[in-house]
Amino acid sequence: MVSATLDNETRPGLSVQISRVSHAYRTGAEPVDVIDNVTFGVDPGEFVALLGPSGCGKSTLLRLVAGLDQPSEGKVGTDMVRVTGPDPARLLVFQDPTLFPWRTVRQNIALGLEARGVAGDHRAATDEALALVGLEAFADALPHELSGGMAQRAALARVLINHPRLLLLDEPFGKLDALTRMTLQGELLRLWQQGGFTTMLVTHDVEEALLLAQRVIVFGPRPASVVFEAEVDLPYPRHRDDPGFIALRRDILIALGHGEEL
Amino acid sequence: MWIGAGLFALYVPGVTPLPRTGLLGGIELAIGIAIAVVALAPWRRSEGLEQADRWLAALPIGFVIWQYATNKTGLLPLPFFPAPESVLEVFTDDWAKLAESALASLVLLIPGYAIGAALGFSLGVAIGWSRAVHYWAHPILRFVGPLPATAWLPIAFFCFPSTRSASTFLIALASGFPVAVLTSSGVASVARAYYDIARNLGADPRFLVRKVAVPAALPSVFVGLFMGLGASFVVLVTAEMIGVKAGLGFYLQWAQGWAAYANIYAALIVMAFLFSGLIGLLFAVRDRVLAWQKGIVRW
Repeated sequence: MVSATLDNETRPGLSVQISRVSHAYRTGAEPVDVIDNVTFGVDPGEFVALLGPSGCGKSTLLRLVAGLDQPSEGKVGTDMVRVTGPDPARLLVFQDPTLFPWRTVRQNIALGLEARGVAGDHRAATDEALALVGLEAFADALPHELSGGMAQRAALARVLINHPRLLLLDEPFGKLDALTRMTLQGELLRLWQQGGFTTMLVTHDVEEALLLAQRVIVFGPRPASVVFEAEVDLPYPRHRDDPGFIALRRDILIALGHGEEL
Repeated sequence: MWIGAGLFALYVPGVTPLPRTGLLGGIELAIGIAIAVVALAPWRRSEGLEQADRWLAALPIGFVIWQYATNKTGLLPLPFFPAPESVLEVFTDDWAKLAESALASLVLLIPGYAIGAALGFSLGVAIGWSRAVHYWAHPILRFVGPLPATAWLPIAFFCFPSTRSASTFLIALASGFPVAVLTSSGVASVARAYYDIARNLGADPRFLVRKVAVPAALPSVFVGLFMGLGASFVVLVTAEMIGVKAGLGFYLQWAQGWAAYANIYAALIVMAFLFSGLIGLLFAVRDRVLAWQKGIVRW
C-alpha cells in the first residue's frame, strides 16, 4: 500500500479509455438510459472538460471512471487496464464537499491515508496538503465552521494528499459564489500544472471549461452522447475577451443548441 | 421568602408536634440567609442565581403550602399526605437504608443497561449494514420488540436461576430494543455520498462500518440510549417491587406495607435524583461525543 502511494507520486497522469460505453439506471420498473454509446480517450496529464446540460449523465460517466459504478455496456479503462472498482489513483471530487462532519479538517484530509492503512503520523502529510489549498489556519476547525469555498478546498486537499494520477471533478465549483469560484479555478489550474495528474472536469459552465481545459467534449441532453469536441489551443492564463476564446464559446453554444441567443 | 417559610415552619403551631420541625425551619432559614448573602455580595454577581430567581421564590411558597395543608391544619388526610417535616425525618433517620437501596438499584441497573446497550448497538449496526441480517432480524425485532419487557417477567423468573439474573436480562431487553432500532435506522440512513468518498479513497468494508457508518449514526444511537435508559428504569423498579429483595423499588414496596408514606415520598425523591442524574450523565457524554454537531438539544 505504501509503495502504491510512492508510485502515484513519481508516475505521471493516467490515460483514460472510454469505449462504446452505455449506461442505464434501474430505479423503477423501466431502466433509464443515461449514457448512450460514448467513446473518447484522454491523454496522460491532459485537462479535459466534459460539458453538457444538467442531468445529462456526465456525472455518471465520472462515477464509472472512478470505479464507483460499472457500465451496463462497453469498457472503461485507465492506462489500458479495465476499471473494475475504486482505486485511490483515480479520485473524485463532488459538487458538495461532503466532509465528514464529525472530523476536523485535518482528520478529513487524512481520511485516505487512514482508509488505506498508511502507517505512522499523518501530520507532515496533512500539513503539506493544507498548505497546498491554503487552509493551514483551519486545520482543527470542524466542517460546519467552514465557508463553502473553504469546505471545497478541504475536499480538494483530502483528494490531493493521496497523489492521484487522475483527478475527476464533478462540478466542483457549482455551488460557490462567482468570486470564490474564480479564485478556486485559478488554484485548480495551478495544482494541475504542478501535480502532473490527468484531469476530467464535469461542468455546465462553458466559460469554466474554456478557462481551464485543453480540450472540451460537449454532450447532448440525456442520454449523454458526444455532440461536439474542441481543442482549446490558448495559453494560460486565459482571458474571457480573447478572440479565440469568444470564437470557441460561440461554437460550443451552437453545439449545445443555444446559438440563437448569441 | 425562604426566611419567611422558615419562620412559618418554626412558629406556626402544628396539629401534632413533629420532631423535625426545628430542622426544616432551620434549613429554610439557612437557605434564605445564604441566598441573601450571595445576592447582596458586592464582589460577584451570580448569573445562575438570577436565572433561577423565580424558582427560588416559588419553592418556599410551595413548602409553606405543603406544611399548611398537612400538619399545620390537617387538611389532607394522613397517612397518605405526610408533612415535609416527616419526609425530612426519613432522610435524617433512615438515610442508611435509603442509600443502601439506591446503591442496590444502581448495581442491578448498570450491568443490565450496559449489556442491553452493547448488544442493542451491535445488533443495530448489523441490521443497518447487512441486508441478510436485516431480512431475518428486522421482522423479529418489529414483532417482538414492542412487547414491554415487564411482560416477560413470568417467563424470565422461571428461565433464570435467580431473580437478579432474570431482572438483569429484562433490563437488558428493555434498553436493548430502542438502542437496536435507532442504531439500525441511523446506520441505514447514512448518506451514500459518505460511503462513495470513503470507498473512492480506498476504504474496505471494515473501515466503512467503523469509521463511516457508526460515527454518522451516533446521533441516532444516543436517542436510542436515552429511550433505553428510560425503559430500563421502568423494568428496574417493577422487578424490585415484585421479585428482587433490594433496591429503591423494594423500599417503596416495603414502605407501602407499613403505610409509611413519608418513606415513599423520600424514596421517590431519591429515585428522581438518581434517575435524572443518570440521564444527565448520558447527556453529558453525548455532548462530548457529539460536540461536532451544531445546535444539539440540551437536557
